[in-house]
Amino acid sequence: MAFLENLFGGAWPLVWTLAKIIAIVGPMMLAVAYLTYAERKVIGYMQVRIGPNRVGYKGLLQPIADGIKLLMKEIIIPSGANKILFVLAPVLTIAPALAAWAVIPFSPELVLANVDAGLLYILAMTSVGVYGVIIAGWASNSKYAFLGSLRSAAQIVSYEIAMGFALVGVLMAAQSLNLVEIVKGQAGGMFSWYWLPLFPMFIVYLIAGVAETNRAPFDVAEGESEIVAGFHVEYSGMAFAVFFLAEYANMILIAALTALMFLGGWQPLFDIAPFNWIPGFVWLMFKIGFVLFLFLWFRATFPRYRYDQIMRLGWKVFIPITLVWLLFVGAMMQTRYGYLFH
Amino acid sequence: MNFETMVFYGFAAILLFAGFRVITTRNPVHAALFLVLAFFTAAGIWLMLEAEFLAITLVLVYVGAVMVLFLFVVMMLDINLDRLREGFWDYLPLAAFVATMLVIEMAVVLGSRSFGLDIVPAPIQHAADYSNTKELGRLLYTDYVYPFELAAVVLLVAIVAAIALTMRRRKTSKYQDPAQQVNVKRADRVRLVSMAAAQPSSTKS
Repeated sequence: MAFLENLFGGAWPLVWTLAKIIAIVGPMMLAVAYLTYAERKVIGYMQVRIGPNRVGYKGLLQPIADGIKLLMKEIIIPSGANKILFVLAPVLTIAPALAAWAVIPFSPELVLANVDAGLLYILAMTSVGVYGVIIAGWASNSKYAFLGSLRSAAQIVSYEIAMGFALVGVLMAAQSLNLVEIVKGQAGGMFSWYWLPLFPMFIVYLIAGVAETNRAPFDVAEGESEIVAGFHVEYSGMAFAVFFLAEYANMILIAALTALMFLGGWQPLFDIAPFNWIPGFVWLMFKIGFVLFLFLWFRATFPRYRYDQIMRLGWKVFIPITLVWLLFVGAMMQTRYGYLFH
Repeated sequence: MNFETMVFYGFAAILLFAGFRVITTRNPVHAALFLVLAFFTAAGIWLMLEAEFLAITLVLVYVGAVMVLFLFVVMMLDINLDRLREGFWDYLPLAAFVATMLVIEMAVVLGSRSFGLDIVPAPIQHAADYSNTKELGRLLYTDYVYPFELAAVVLLVAIVAAIALTMRRRKTSKYQDPAQQVNVKRADRVRLVSMAAAQPSSTKS
């Protein structure tokens, strides 16, 4: 390390940060590729099919083959499209999804930027992601894409509020906006994790997370039976693939956040001998994997929500639930049972 | 010129450019997107002033929510540039008056007498574990609790008013009662009929 520091001199902090970014984004992209494979396999088995099984051993090379196929395809820009924004939209979709990973801690020390307002930063970054969708829909100059982006914008704005309130609950319980502190506040077995004192918020956050990533059953933005493929109907080749990557990167992000804020992050299931031998990183990955499995499970299980049902659920159900629970947690913290909510 | 100054001038240049493009660009959607860029760079400058809570809240509230709704509306406009240009010269005197007043007011407030470096010094560099957010919360709920509550009440009134405006109901709109939908039983919708198997009539083959 010292040798490298000497080699780069003043540019060392920059190089070191870049190296850390690559160390996060590289495995992330691989995880995204294999999440698509996992999705096809899991849903395949749920629907009594086998799923991809031709490319490589049990189809393990399928995501690579898909990637190469999409790379080789032409990116068609519709003649009436706004060229700059059309190309910018996929970038705007994936950039916040990746930028949010800067504050995600993988262990008490392993975090790119241990910023104090990490939770706020996450909320800000996930709310910026909607621009890619809106711009894609508008720049395509296509009715279907436009309808898709309108639906998506309305949905994301609606669910962001409930999501924000759920995070306020976490903030109250942990008394910190720092993600490392939040996980440290949940030490001591699964009954100290925040899913228990903040149970309604945990459920709201999970469901709002599904809505925020435009996944089934909240995928009216894509709604292939009504508006073909929604906001990315005009995209092809790698530009389409970037939207796809962003969707899955967002899924992993929401799963990671759920794991960190409600499921104890790197804390073991029980803080006793055989469980705390397993390193924290493995626990975190296991929890992220569990939430991701829920995402896939939802998709295979539930029919798509109708648009008015989505709006009703977001505004009339989730926001009141989170508000009431905020009051409840706040009031309980003043009583002698307050320790249960920390 | 150290690194921070360089970054500041970079942000300031982008902010001015974006602000300028908001009012000069022809397409309203582009204008809205330039406004987003302006908010983002302003947040960057606030970050440099060690106001990370305000900076992130700016992105969260204005970029993440307000501008999304703005864009939402602007996207659906029928952009007719000729109509937009109409009456430019009629409005110019009034606009020029308003602009001049704004500039004078800003000059008075932001003049070197009240905003100079000796009155508003550069923010003190805090340690990495200093929590801007906690400090802000403490101030808001102790020293400034009455102005804060007043602002909250004003916002509440605005919310109530906005919702009250949407309360009118059209006679033609179709509305479904979700509770009724959920409470539907199978027997309300389909009737199970038990009937004997029938033979197809023999006249047709």
